Amino acid sequence: MANHYYNSEDLGKFGNIGEYQKPLADKFFDYYGEVFKTSALTEKEKSLIALAVAHALQCPYCIDAYSADAYEKGYSKQQMMEAVHVAAAIKGGAVLVHGVQMMNKVNEIAM
Amino acid sequence: MIKSLKVLNHNLANADNQLAVLQNELNGQPFFSNKIATFGYTGLQATGIEVFQVNVGKMCNQVCKHCHVDAGPDRKEMMTLETMQLCLVAIQNPTIKTVDLTGGAPELNPNFRWFVQEIKKLGKHVIVRCNLTIILANKKFNDLPEFFKLYEVEVVSSLPSFTPDRTNSQRGDGVFEDSITALKMLNAVGYGVQNSGLILNLVYNPAGAFLPPSQSALQAEYKTELFKNYGISFNNLFSITNMPISRYLDYLLVSGNYLKYMDKLIAAFNPSAIDNVMCRNTISISWDGFLYDCDFNQMLDLKVNPTASQHLSEFNIQLLNTRNIVLKQHCYGCTAGAGSSCGGAVAG
Repeated sequence: MANHYYNSEDLGKFGNIGEYQKPLADKFFDYYGEVFKTSALTEKEKSLIALAVAHALQCPYCIDAYSADAYEKGYSKQQMMEAVHVAAAIKGGAVLVHGVQMMNKVNEIAM
Repeated sequence: MIKSLKVLNHNLANADNQLAVLQNELNGQPFFSNKIATFGYTGLQATGIEVFQVNVGKMCNQVCKHCHVDAGPDRKEMMTLETMQLCLVAIQNPTIKTVDLTGGAPELNPNFRWFVQEIKKLGKHVIVRCNLTIILANKKFNDLPEFFKLYEVEVVSSLPSFTPDRTNSQRGDGVFEDSITALKMLNAVGYGVQNSGLILNLVYNPAGAFLPPSQSALQAEYKTELFKNYGISFNNLFSITNMPISRYLDYLLVSGNYLKYMDKLIAAFNPSAIDNVMCRNTISISWDGFLYDCDFNQMLDLKVNPTASQHLSEFNIQLLNTRNIVLKQHCYGCTAGAGSSCGGAVAG
């Protein structure tokens, strides 16, 4: 058993998931590769989206990978932080908008 | 201003110490020569000499953090007129089409303009690796754009980003702003302008411990951003991988990125780049007239194979044309990803 739930070296072993179930892993990695190719959006734009999503999911592997990738593709530190703020705003907004549900319930039962 | 490793008497100013890092800090990484052997290459042989690259001196007005030459204002090595004359004899060979002048800032050599004029008399194409800021460094260099134009010199200039932050973090405070001014001066005499015939190419190299992104995507972005923000146009963008040599090697070691960077280069090894690496059709000349397979081998003091001639005074193109290239671990830099050369990516 590893000493930590997350080990940075494990990112490089991502492909190993195919050892237990190759056909599904192959399908996933093919799809993954295709998703990140330049199409209607550029590879660079997709990298910044991935960075924001990685923060929203708080996936340390994804944050490592896409912090490097977005910077290597030319985004500035300021642009990358703004992307993280977008993720934070959506996450925060997602919490707060549920406040309406809370209000609905309270209004339903309050005198 | 940052001092050169040499003036600081730094351990890595010595080429043997750099080679010791490259050869000993392997962490299980395969030797380059063994790696290419798995693709059927028993060594690498030159295919001839088309490009004659001359380092006319290590003096530079800039002190870039990644410089593999360890150039700077405190470097005094300068090619003499006599060595330039030996170059002029060597390049008379008709297979040599291009003379590529580099440094340091090549324009700082007092015989630079004379050398360009003499090379042009021989009908050769001339490339000058101009750092841009030299044009503004002193009044006497302000007319360089006109000089380049007069002799139809191809200008190749580093600009690691179309934004100030990355450029200045790598090349020094204010370099971006001066580079933009210099690019406008080059554009003003026709460089980089469509149908002018005056070629202005830019060079991207990463400002950090990572590999360059796609050259074509980057070129498109540079063209859009530089024109939109500054009205600047240019011909091509060359993306160049940083070599683990000299100041960049020092940066990698100090920042704890050395092994990870070498792993990146090796993981990105692209066998289709091997046939097109620049050392196969290039010869690199040092300020004191010695011969090397490339500018990187020159900085590691790895002279051409001793069975070929090793100095301009004994230049023998027949022997050099088929020489075996001297290979070390830094060669992974030229075969990573889309490959890398002084002319940018070499493989798709």
